Amino acid sequence: MFKTVKKYLQKDFSWIPSENPTHSYPSLTGKLLLRHEIPLEDEIVDHLIAQTILTKVTSIESYPWAYRCRRCGNTKSYMFAKMPHATCGQTCVYCRFCIQMGRVVACEPLYYGSSGFEWPLHEHPCQWKGELTVHQQKAADELVALVRTGKGEKLVWAVCGAGKTEILFRSITEALKNGKRICLATPRTDVVRELLPRLQKSFPKVNIQALYGDSPDKAGDAPFIIATTHQLLRFAHAFDVMVIDEVDAFPFHNDASLHYASERAAKPQASMIYLTATPRKKQKRRIRSKDLPVVFIPQRFHGHPLPVPQLKLTPALHRYLQKAELHPKILQQIAHQQQTPRQLLLFLPSVKMAEQIAEYLKERNYEVRSVHAEDRGRAGKIQAFRKKEYRVLVTTTILERGVTFPSVDVYVIDAGHVVFDEAALVQIAGRAGRSPDDPKGDVIFYHVGKTDEMLDAVDSIHYMNRLGRKL
Amino acid sequence: MRCLSCHTEIIPEVTWSTFWKPPTKDVACLLCMEKLNEISEPFCPQCHRPDHKGVCKDCQLWEKTHTDVLERNVSVFPYNEFHKDIVARWKYRGDYVLVDIYKETIQRKWSASGFKGMQVIHVPLSEERIQERGFNQAEAIIGLLGERSISPFERTHSEKQSKRGKRDRMYSKNPFQLIEATSKPVVLVDDIYTTGRTIRHMAALLKETGCPSVSSFTIFR
Ligand SMILES: [Zn+2]
Ligand SMILES: [Zn+2]
Ligand SMILES: [Zn+2]
Ligand SMILES: [Zn+2]
Repeated sequence: MFKTVKKYLQKDFSWIPSENPTHSYPSLTGKLLLRHEIPLEDEIVDHLIAQTILTKVTSIESYPWAYRCRRCGNTKSYMFAKMPHATCGQTCVYCRFCIQMGRVVACEPLYYGSSGFEWPLHEHPCQWKGELTVHQQKAADELVALVRTGKGEKLVWAVCGAGKTEILFRSITEALKNGKRICLATPRTDVVRELLPRLQKSFPKVNIQALYGDSPDKAGDAPFIIATTHQLLRFAHAFDVMVIDEVDAFPFHNDASLHYASERAAKPQASMIYLTATPRKKQKRRIRSKDLPVVFIPQRFHGHPLPVPQLKLTPALHRYLQKAELHPKILQQIAHQQQTPRQLLLFLPSVKMAEQIAEYLKERNYEVRSVHAEDRGRAGKIQAFRKKEYRVLVTTTILERGVTFPSVDVYVIDAGHVVFDEAALVQIAGRAGRSPDDPKGDVIFYHVGKTDEMLDAVDSIHYMNRLGRKL
Repeated sequence: MRCLSCHTEIIPEVTWSTFWKPPTKDVACLLCMEKLNEISEPFCPQCHRPDHKGVCKDCQLWEKTHTDVLERNVSVFPYNEFHKDIVARWKYRGDYVLVDIYKETIQRKWSASGFKGMQVIHVPLSEERIQERGFNQAEAIIGLLGERSISPFERTHSEKQSKRGKRDRMYSKNPFQLIEATSKPVVLVDDIYTTGRTIRHMAALLKETGCPSVSSFTIFR
């Protein structure tokens, strides 16, 4: 009984076969699939099972008090249901949590594909000719060392605009030289799409595949995979090097199933690399207790310090927002700002407020648009702003990460609102000063009273700037 | 309890009437329940087409081409975006339990339909479909109604219906074969009434072999 409880409480992957015979099916390598996801005749599948190239494993663990889906790790009781299953004639449990990726039913096994495929050795895979800064160089060295040793973890704590993709190039090269398989997982589809051409250009001879919800590539049969974290639900003991981008971000942070899948997708001997600009409390705790090795990149690739937010107390802020207006002081500041060549990013706590304030500014003849998460024209509006087709973009926290513009000032209206936590504020401030041609930028937090989150964000930015100066 | 559809915690509504009643087992949250939007007057008396006064064009056309073999159809919900999304998750993704959010409403509608006591027949699925889906949606609905059904039909070819145009569908060949005749009035049960062709194919076969009357009960119209 004690053993069962322990097995339930811990992430247990001992059910994944440790024998991994060599074979010639890259699309099955390190996979965890439903039968219909294997495009092979029954005869061939049986043959592969006999050779333990494929292994049938139980799909849903059953405990006296709960279930666990082995594909997504779900244990929430309301995310399981029963149905009279015509295929087997029994009443069967299925997982509702990962059902978008095809239904996992308890009576049907998952198929694990041996990770024994031999990937090609690339002697000189990297064609990137750029140079690294001192800080980048140091991080890159440490990551190469990690990939050489194998099993281990490292957190790369890099400020927004540090050039974190470039610091991976040498460790990726090291892995490819030795026929190791790499996965770069990131929470957002936009980032996967953007990374593929960049990496393909730097590693022209390497088979790199991008996997996301509706990606043209589905096979997952490459030695170098860039994927949304969701896609890891189809992998098990697949990767020698696993890079997890934005470990702190939605949906990775707090999403137990993605943690489960990313841990399972890595081989037991894998090198784990985590990238973040804003570590969460849990990671900071692990850093302090020396449980998680960390390397800092406290300086941007262009060498200039991060813009430090100015906090401006604006007592009647809410009264104006309720009327869908801006405080005259803020409006005055915007009028002033618009005399400069920089564009303006305006952050508001909600979609509704963002739309209202965009309307309010439009009435005052500003070239302005608003954008939110479900906005169909989102990509187009962002592209147009980047091309400087208009001057002010009003948005919510959705634009806090990833999206960059060369030359903007950034104002946060009502920075004390709960949606603006420390990580969000650091990310928002990180939108300013990204270009070497204009490495500065004003960041202003308008508030009705300083919150801890605001102060922590400012402290964290100061801290990074101090570290950056020291080296 | 969590909402079957959106998975948020259900906050029970306490009013004077619910206060005195024993608590019922809620399956969906208030926001999702609100979107169910039952079909109400006016609707076509023949086929339950929502927002339509009098007999609709399609029904008139059916009456002209074949003296109509179908008595009437009763539907519960309009097949709008909300329901299309639920159906996609229920039928195509295979999230069987989702249909429970309709239970209370369709039971009530069933009791009021006047179909109770008739022979219930479910629309059959091809073997291929049932293997892939793992359940027959019509049988799932009949289960919710607490009824028992028979299926005196076999499919001669499979149900790739939605790929064809509407006109095509109205005049396509009968994909069913009747294996057992019945002399009792029957009600056919399926999930969606789109053109009514499928149901009329079956109704025609039943009527030819002496069935006195054929009606249908579908969740969506
Ligand atoms: Zn699952
Ligand atoms: Zn079963
Ligand atoms: Zn709901
Ligand atoms: Zn009608």
